[in-house]
Amino acid sequence: MSPATSTNSRTPTNPPTPRPTPAEPRSYHFPRFEQRRLANGLRLVVAPVTKLPLVTAVALVEAGATQEPEGKEGVATLTAQMLLEGAAGLDGAALADRFERIGASVEAYADWDVAAVTLSAMNTRLPEALALVRDLLRAPTFPEREVARLRDERLAELLQQLAEPRGLADEQFSHAVYEPRARYSMPNDGEAHTVRTITGDDVRAFYAARYQPSAVTLVFAGDVTTDQVMALAEPLFGDWKGEPTSDRRAAADAAQPGRLLRVVAKGDAPQSEVRVGHVGLPRRTPDYFSVVVMNAVLGGLFSSRINLNLRETHGYTYGAFSAFDWRRGAGPFVVNTAVKSDVTGDAVREILGEIERIQREEIGEDELTLATSYLDGVFPIRYETTGAIAGALASLIIHGLPEDYYDRYRERVRSVTTADVLRAAREHLHPDRLRVVVVGDPAVVTAPLSEVTGMSPDMVAAADVEADA
Amino acid sequence: MEIPIETFTLDNGLRVVLSEDHTAPLVAVNLWYHVGSANERPGRTGFAHLFEHMLFQGSESVGANEHFELIQRAGGTLNGSTWLDRTNYFETVPSNQLELALWLEANRMGYLLPAMTQQKLDTQRDVVQNERRWSMDNQPYGTWWEKLPALCFPMDHPFHHSLIGSMADLDAASLEDIAHFFTTYYTPDNAVLSIAGDFDPAAARAMVERQFGPIPRGGNKPPLPDMQLPTTFGEPLREVVPDDVMLPRLFLAFRSPVFGSASYYAASVAGAILGLRKGSRLHRALVRERQVAAEAQAFTYDLTKGSDLLVVDVTGRPETSSDTLESAVNAEIDRLLQEGVTQSEVERAVALIETDLVVALQSAGDRADRLSMFTTYFNDPQLVNVQSDRYRAVTAEQVNAFVRERLVPENRASLLYVPRDSDVAPASSDLAMAETP
Repeated sequence: MSPATSTNSRTPTNPPTPRPTPAEPRSYHFPRFEQRRLANGLRLVVAPVTKLPLVTAVALVEAGATQEPEGKEGVATLTAQMLLEGAAGLDGAALADRFERIGASVEAYADWDVAAVTLSAMNTRLPEALALVRDLLRAPTFPEREVARLRDERLAELLQQLAEPRGLADEQFSHAVYEPRARYSMPNDGEAHTVRTITGDDVRAFYAARYQPSAVTLVFAGDVTTDQVMALAEPLFGDWKGEPTSDRRAAADAAQPGRLLRVVAKGDAPQSEVRVGHVGLPRRTPDYFSVVVMNAVLGGLFSSRINLNLRETHGYTYGAFSAFDWRRGAGPFVVNTAVKSDVTGDAVREILGEIERIQREEIGEDELTLATSYLDGVFPIRYETTGAIAGALASLIIHGLPEDYYDRYRERVRSVTTADVLRAAREHLHPDRLRVVVVGDPAVVTAPLSEVTGMSPDMVAAADVEADA
Repeated sequence: MEIPIETFTLDNGLRVVLSEDHTAPLVAVNLWYHVGSANERPGRTGFAHLFEHMLFQGSESVGANEHFELIQRAGGTLNGSTWLDRTNYFETVPSNQLELALWLEANRMGYLLPAMTQQKLDTQRDVVQNERRWSMDNQPYGTWWEKLPALCFPMDHPFHHSLIGSMADLDAASLEDIAHFFTTYYTPDNAVLSIAGDFDPAAARAMVERQFGPIPRGGNKPPLPDMQLPTTFGEPLREVVPDDVMLPRLFLAFRSPVFGSASYYAASVAGAILGLRKGSRLHRALVRERQVAAEAQAFTYDLTKGSDLLVVDVTGRPETSSDTLESAVNAEIDRLLQEGVTQSEVERAVALIETDLVVALQSAGDRADRLSMFTTYFNDPQLVNVQSDRYRAVTAEQVNAFVRERLVPENRASLLYVPRDSDVAPASSDLAMAETP
């Protein structure tokens, strides 16, 4: 029954207008960019974008978490953060002050593949800001007191994560998917038992081995020209000498075999954090576009199968999504949701059912076009900001993608077929290797999860996680 | 730097703001309804937000969830959000799809009710209750979203109650409530439509008139009660919340001048001096020097009626007791009160805020949202172009006048989260009532 019958003047007298048809699309191309190299091997990538007087600059360094020495997991992040804690005669407070007085934002972090210093500033402030970036990349001082402070802050964050169901579920999922010695089994910032051992000497050694000019790329996007960038960069970075040394370690993405059900106990939890997945694919997989489209249909969009099923049909959750985490190595494929405790088993059954269904039969033509027309159409919207453009160029460098990658992206998305999607689902989803990790109330979730998955659960108490940390 | 702005108003009262920018073939549509949780009636907390969910459940010409599907199929992004005093809906689409976005918004503004069913309401109630669990109940410190306004606004004030709503009130929401809320608040004369990006102004205007023109105006919107509040709480307020957390965390709130007022900008700069980025006072003193805190920041709610709130948010280190954290933060506020700020601190804060203001205008969606905001609150979209000037005009004297008036002990509300097994005695959560005039 509709309540509309009971209302009055709010209903327009005219019938609704018919759904409009789109006008002709206007053409778009990803911002043009140029690549240069200094004599010492340092690379530069510049995309002039003149909409607003802003510049984003990103210094990428081959110094990510997968390049860390074993046992010192977390040193990549700590080293990157320490760049901001003292350089060229300035302490951390003074450095922050120099950037902030000119309205510039600077951040330093490491991800799986690289370390990065990102700068955003008004273009008139770029010379000053870039000179500071030069200081912190080339002349960091790594004061012991700040090493200890940042290490303690990371330990505090890890401790806090034990009480944070989402973070705990992510961490436990990585442990469940990868071999213990594989770098991807641990958080990218390291774990308590590794972070605790990191000293100032470890940071200095990692810096000396990895922060060398031929391992650095400077990416610029915004209101600046290639000539201006070259004129700034040559005097700041041209006389930087040195070569990186590398320290090979075990494969970052080695998987644990078989299926698993793990319940991480959080008594009285009103909701269960659910992760279902397995080792995915490296970013450079030739099937990238088929897999992206397949995932969009499965769980990558609001209108995807998993979200419509769990949220809109059943009301189990606020949202449910699947994703491939694209790294140089094979990052995880994961379905991620949080559901009301008493429907945890039902929700996992639906997730397993959707994975099985997309492997069993071809998706409908309308599902394919929803995914491809979304990915095609949204492309320009993704690159509205200097930060997003710099990020796209960084991704090009990190993964060694061809220079015309963004020019060809849309046609490659459009060329994916329903048969490609079925093949991608059959080759790259692995029900026989699914790892199911749930952080929730064991009294409520354990029996239904065992029944739905046909596995007896591996139980983890929060206290064990803590001891492990 | 100035963004172009054109405005017109339809006969039914819908205010429309256009801002052209042809750098990329995309356009943002942004609709603000001047209704939020403040307009909810007793026993229906959370209704404005539940209603926002129902707006994605279809309308006369649009099926359930088809709004999402049509926009995504068109290559667009979309969402909606609910706040204390407004609700917004927005899409960014390829520019050739502008009229589709306008049609979808107009169809639900004009013809929502025929699509409403009990089953859709029941499902969205489940979804929203799960949203509550996800964002608040199963999240460390998550309840601060409802505890802080409850502590800072008197019991009968429209900003006092929970935005996400209580489970019981959500359970009580009915289809009659939907019809009543829609008829009362979702009217063209209670809305602002902004369009930013790549469009032809004459064509856009014709589309807006075609799609929204036939929708009749409302006019029965009940006024909000008097929202005026004294400039301070009158006495220190304090609530201690034992929670499943490992680190203590303090939210220290001050009543502050409402968003858009002359003294708001001085308050905002004071907030930035205290807690914007690593060069701020709290970060330097508590995180870097004394090492009692892991994180420190400050922000304003940007409320335009009654009173705004300036909030300092500091998380302790594992070895820091909640008492130490609370006294360390208060000591920094006291120091500011005694010493005042320097011109140099004001300059740092304003430089950062100015860059942030430009960064925030990069995307068409953000630009359209700001235009809707300034039009909804002040009937003046041009305010978007003078924000930098307002900040640049702030002097150390103005900031110090704000500090002396508002950072006093009788204007501090402490919401302190402590690990559940710690021995800090929880104070009564009814403290907020103590200052009700």
